[in-house]
Amino acid sequence: MFELIVKRLFLGLVTVWLVSVVIFLGIEALPGDACTAHLERDAQGELLENCREKLGLEKPAFARYMDWASAAITGDLGVSIDGQTKITSEVALRVKNSILLAAGALSVGVPLAVFLGVIAGLWRDRFPDLFISTAAIFAMTIPEFVSATILVLIFSIWLGWLPAVVLTPADAPALEFFPEFVPATIVLTLVMVAHIMRMVRSSVIEVMAGEFVQMATLKGVPYWRIVVRHALPSALLPAINVVALTVAWLLGGVVVVEVVFNYPGLGRMMIDAISDRDLPVVQAITLLVAATYVVINLAADMAGILLNPRLRTQLGRR
Amino acid sequence: MTDASYTTETAETSFLRRWMRVLGSVAQRPSGAIGLTLVAVHIIVAIISPWIVPYDTVALSADEILAPPSSIHLLGTDSLGRDVFSRVLEGGRQALIVCGIATPLSMLWGGLLGIYLGLRGGWLDDIVMRLVDAVLSLPGILPLMVVVVIIDGGNLVLTITLAVLFGIPVIRVVRAAAQAVAARDFVLAARARGHSRRNIMWRELLPNVLDVLMVEGAMRLSWMLLSFSALSFLGYGVAPPTPDWGQDISEARVFMSLAPWGVLGPMFALSTLIIGVNLTADALAKALGLDRAQRAVV
Repeated sequence: MFELIVKRLFLGLVTVWLVSVVIFLGIEALPGDACTAHLERDAQGELLENCREKLGLEKPAFARYMDWASAAITGDLGVSIDGQTKITSEVALRVKNSILLAAGALSVGVPLAVFLGVIAGLWRDRFPDLFISTAAIFAMTIPEFVSATILVLIFSIWLGWLPAVVLTPADAPALEFFPEFVPATIVLTLVMVAHIMRMVRSSVIEVMAGEFVQMATLKGVPYWRIVVRHALPSALLPAINVVALTVAWLLGGVVVVEVVFNYPGLGRMMIDAISDRDLPVVQAITLLVAATYVVINLAADMAGILLNPRLRTQLGRR
Repeated sequence: MTDASYTTETAETSFLRRWMRVLGSVAQRPSGAIGLTLVAVHIIVAIISPWIVPYDTVALSADEILAPPSSIHLLGTDSLGRDVFSRVLEGGRQALIVCGIATPLSMLWGGLLGIYLGLRGGWLDDIVMRLVDAVLSLPGILPLMVVVVIIDGGNLVLTITLAVLFGIPVIRVVRAAAQAVAARDFVLAARARGHSRRNIMWRELLPNVLDVLMVEGAMRLSWMLLSFSALSFLGYGVAPPTPDWGQDISEARVFMSLAPWGVLGPMFALSTLIIGVNLTADALAKALGLDRAQRAVV
């Protein structure tokens, strides 16, 4: 087991390194460089020279990668395209806000999803399941900006219950985002509940069909005791991976929802950087989010190994 | 000679017959029937819309701004006085053309590479799969946006970028399926008979991973439509004034409290298309005996 964990950790490190290479090469492969992208039509003469000098673009690509990567390891993500703003401090604020949003969605979403998934799995293909599963398909497939718009239309404009957009500045303390962050949390919760619930449902169905459940039934163990004591512990194990994917998604991929509600999180910062054509910031945020994704999935794998006795010996699951 | 052409013909007809049967069993499920109907209606509307729209979709009208739905304008008008109903009818064309081309392309390259890696294994497989993992850890829509914003080349660049990016998850799924098939005895037999790798890929692996590939393709189409419309919504997709749902929703959101019909029309159209594709994908997976929920991807 120790060996397996070390191997996973090593693979995770390799993936993070590869991610940084992929991001760097991806940005290099775009036509032009950070300065021509940012200056657009003004990209000539002195202006371009100055910009390139500020960002150190005259160095060869390999040297720039080494500078960038070694600084990133120490937590320094460099400066934005104007050559002054420290990306790290700017990002830290946004990360805090994104974590707030994710925490809100997770604390409601995960228990709700597990509850609904277990209900749907136990009543497979009967009324509760059909209702929950159909609702889940809608929640999963309707684009986030559509569900967000419907929510705003009904609860903010027609009923006037919730604020439509967030007006609190990015550096405000967490408490000030209440209740403005509620609509965004609801939209995110809808999507994640649907995904986690489907996973829990199919895993409950699989476990309930297992031999040990049949055995317990034949021994005369009461139904709910079988469900709670025998089936659920093994049924909920695979859900860890989906929850991990969801956490990673919440921390970095919620661009559209943040834009719709004007929420000052990491996703909005990403969009703003892209429309400013600020490639250093884009590069920094991408690295941060991708590394978070790898680390969270690694943590889920570890939890899976530690909690599942069968995985402790089985090498190389994927 | 005649013998050879005879065998290929039966192979082809039985292949077609099998997929017709699968389509039939998709259509027999309630979700599949609803999904296929929605998709078919959307495709038909997208094709014939230029001939059936009541108004020019880009014609401005200064004296009919934000007019409510009426017998003249079925879904009212938007902030520039354009007919919302006409724009809803034509608003799916760009998305369907771009995603309709990019999806088969992503299935083709992702599928072929996946089959190849699943059969070959070894160091190349290790390297490519690590790269795939790395690319898949990039945050969702971001790589797409960066390329589209920096290169700014309209639908062609968008189609190619979508085809490249959405082919990457296909590699992983198809490779796993191909690996399972490659371990089976008939592939060993083909190897023992001395068939070339290309021959084994084509004759033994492809037919056996096709089910997985088709389901994956249907799912990719729905994700692609989502990404396309999100991109449009954020203002980086279709260039105005061409009608497009995502873009029209974001434009109409500003006037939502005065004129909710401006968002409701395109939202209904976009949601029905994506739900239709998803229901079809779900029914297809069930008809082929593959459980989609087992591989939940956020």
